[in-house]
Amino acid sequence: MSSLAPLSPVVPPAEAGRIVRRTPGVDAVGLEARAADLATRSIKQDAKRWALDLVVRCTDLTTLEGSDTVGKVVAMCAKAVRPDPTDPSIPSAAAVCIYPWLVPTAVAATAGTDVRVASVAGGFPSGLGPLASRLAEIRDVVAMGADEVDIVLNRSLFLGGRYEQAFEELVAAREAAGATHLKVILEVGELGSYDRIRQASVLAIAAGADMIKTSTGKIGSSATLPAALCMLEAIRDVHRDTGRAVGLKVAGGVRTAKDAIRYLVVLHETLGDAWLTPERFRIGASSLLNDVLMQIGKERTGRYQGPDYFTVD
Amino acid sequence: MSDLDHAAPPADWTYAPAPEARDLVRLRERSGLFVDGGFVEPRAGRWFPTIDPSTEEPLGEVAEAGEEDVDLAVKAARRAFDGGWRDLPGAERAKYLFRIARQLQERSREFAVLESMNGGKPIKESRDVDLPLAAAHFFYHAGWADKLGYAFPGERVTPIGVAGQIIPWNFPLLMAAWKLAPALACGNTVVLKPAETTPLTALLLAEVIRDAGVPPGVVNVVTGAGATGQALVRHPDVDKIAFTGSTEVGKAIRREVAGTPKRLTLELGGKAANIVFEDAPIDQAVEGVVNGIYFNQGHVCCAGSRLLVQEPVFEELLEKLKARLGTLRVGDPLDKNTDVGAINSRAQLEKIRELVASGLAEGAAIYQPPCELPDRGFWFAPTLFTGVSQSHRIAREEIFGPVLSILTFRTPEEAVEKANNTPYGLSAGIWSEKGSRILWMAERMRAGVVWANTFNRFDPASPFGGYKESGFGREGGLHGLAAYVEREVAG
Repeated sequence: MSSLAPLSPVVPPAEAGRIVRRTPGVDAVGLEARAADLATRSIKQDAKRWALDLVVRCTDLTTLEGSDTVGKVVAMCAKAVRPDPTDPSIPSAAAVCIYPWLVPTAVAATAGTDVRVASVAGGFPSGLGPLASRLAEIRDVVAMGADEVDIVLNRSLFLGGRYEQAFEELVAAREAAGATHLKVILEVGELGSYDRIRQASVLAIAAGADMIKTSTGKIGSSATLPAALCMLEAIRDVHRDTGRAVGLKVAGGVRTAKDAIRYLVVLHETLGDAWLTPERFRIGASSLLNDVLMQIGKERTGRYQGPDYFTVD
Repeated sequence: MSDLDHAAPPADWTYAPAPEARDLVRLRERSGLFVDGGFVEPRAGRWFPTIDPSTEEPLGEVAEAGEEDVDLAVKAARRAFDGGWRDLPGAERAKYLFRIARQLQERSREFAVLESMNGGKPIKESRDVDLPLAAAHFFYHAGWADKLGYAFPGERVTPIGVAGQIIPWNFPLLMAAWKLAPALACGNTVVLKPAETTPLTALLLAEVIRDAGVPPGVVNVVTGAGATGQALVRHPDVDKIAFTGSTEVGKAIRREVAGTPKRLTLELGGKAANIVFEDAPIDQAVEGVVNGIYFNQGHVCCAGSRLLVQEPVFEELLEKLKARLGTLRVGDPLDKNTDVGAINSRAQLEKIRELVASGLAEGAAIYQPPCELPDRGFWFAPTLFTGVSQSHRIAREEIFGPVLSILTFRTPEEAVEKANNTPYGLSAGIWSEKGSRILWMAERMRAGVVWANTFNRFDPASPFGGYKESGFGREGGLHGLAAYVEREVAG
């Protein structure tokens, strides 16, 4: 953990505006063409089996609904620990991702397992509540035993050009989270251009994010392959310049094993093998896992099982 | 985070082989000449082998057309021209072109596999670039066939006659499409000579043309080497020559047709500058540079073979470029994950080696990523040179291989001067986030195609062709039609 989080913000807040403005431009046509090209990679046989296994290990099994109950979260935790009850060789998911109210439930349900508890906090999904209560929420989920905190960038400040303030909020969140793994959601669907996605990535990383995350899943437009590539290119430059390894979490809209493997390909060909680990890559999803299990079954037996053979928790 | 390390082996994700199936392709032991609507044996009975350059395995024998065969083909084309094709309403000619285009789409996988087998280019490219563009050229020109009167307002346009078309080995099917589609749309008949090393897709296209019901003699395909091309160029009853290939052969053809009424268009070599300014979108510029020179193993006349980088971003760009080269997948052209395939022929491989040796001898610094090359076949690793100056041969001569020469510049004026300091003038690339600079540069590039923040993008509606020793005449778009019609002011 401590190897990932910087001890203090990389730059003073006064530098935040300069950091954003000197971020290199992103050409949308070129970026999308590169992502589309990587999406044609054909992953077969052992490479596919290994990738499917990795997708499971990198999954943040997620439920973020107002209707979430203790029962729903307990069931989801069981699924995260043992995705396929009939096959113990299938690894556990990386984490469960839930609302703060359900953190104690998830902590209890995953006790003694490798599955981590990630809680959204900081006024998810808009991040526009009073700062004090947003920071208190982060401290609360840490105190309740969350291993990871997923917060949101204040898009109101960022899009309004108030970079120093947006940065200071992120730094305060980093301090509130302490040594707990911190993911910063950029909500790429609201940023309007790849230039802005790259700038927001740089800002969040400079403020001390362990991972940057594409989306809340709460608006129509969520993770896309080019947006993920854009964020990975920012991560790549930070690693080159400082040696610091920041992770990526894609969230929202990843529903099939095929899509998930495309993200792995983009990750692999942008940052290399060292990023193919749950420490540095996550997929936040609810329905993805069953499609991956179905594909794993197909790889092992040569046949597809019907959907009724996969648990719906 | 240590608890996340559970059971995770050190990651080393090697993609398993993903070969495209070859079973759609039917190889023939012998392929004849396509003359007057059917396949015929060469009069002199001479055949030559054609191979897969990635393995050197033979793919069959192809007829070598002699003077007599060329004469028969030209006569067939003349008969077809006089016998009805010239007078066919444009809308009727369009129907044939539409049929050819649709057949190319329907049989695209078969064509793509054959193209990669015979030429060595990655299936990814033949599938995603060559085939879609070839079909698009037929579709586009089918649309023009009945609108030629509107293409040149106030003028009466008529076809020229019999066109002799000689095409290169780097995009065998696509170049056939570039040549045939406008010629046929404008009412000409054609004798096409594919390159010696890559005849197979042109012969398969001949089958498609036959099956589309195109009248006999409208399209003829004569295979062979330089002598066959020369016989076609010299034939007195050919009205127009269109050639794509090397500047050396282009010059010889121009001398050959001098003093004759033959019309000529030439699309020749290039030594394009890809110019990266300090404010460029740097990661996309890296992709554009890679696409500019390693696409199709650098066997591209408009390849961005000279990279001009503004000094402040030189080191960053070079570092990123070297890292990117390390991710290029070189190998089996039919593997769907291959980025760089085989060099087209032994002769071309030797030419690349000779020029790379000259770069080393002249003191440039070479970089090649670690990459395993297959034992058999013709291969050359993606290569870049730094420390190159304008006077080096690798900065002046067309290498036509996966070899990039990198130079630096300080000001836009210097970039213009260096970019234009070449006998060629086919294409150029400009990378900058500043629109006014792109326009300023584009106005000053003595190149037929200028790309901004992209490279090697083609469209049938966009004219393509060169300045200076890169040739003359345009292919594609309205300008491309002009090469295949006689124009008179309407009376």
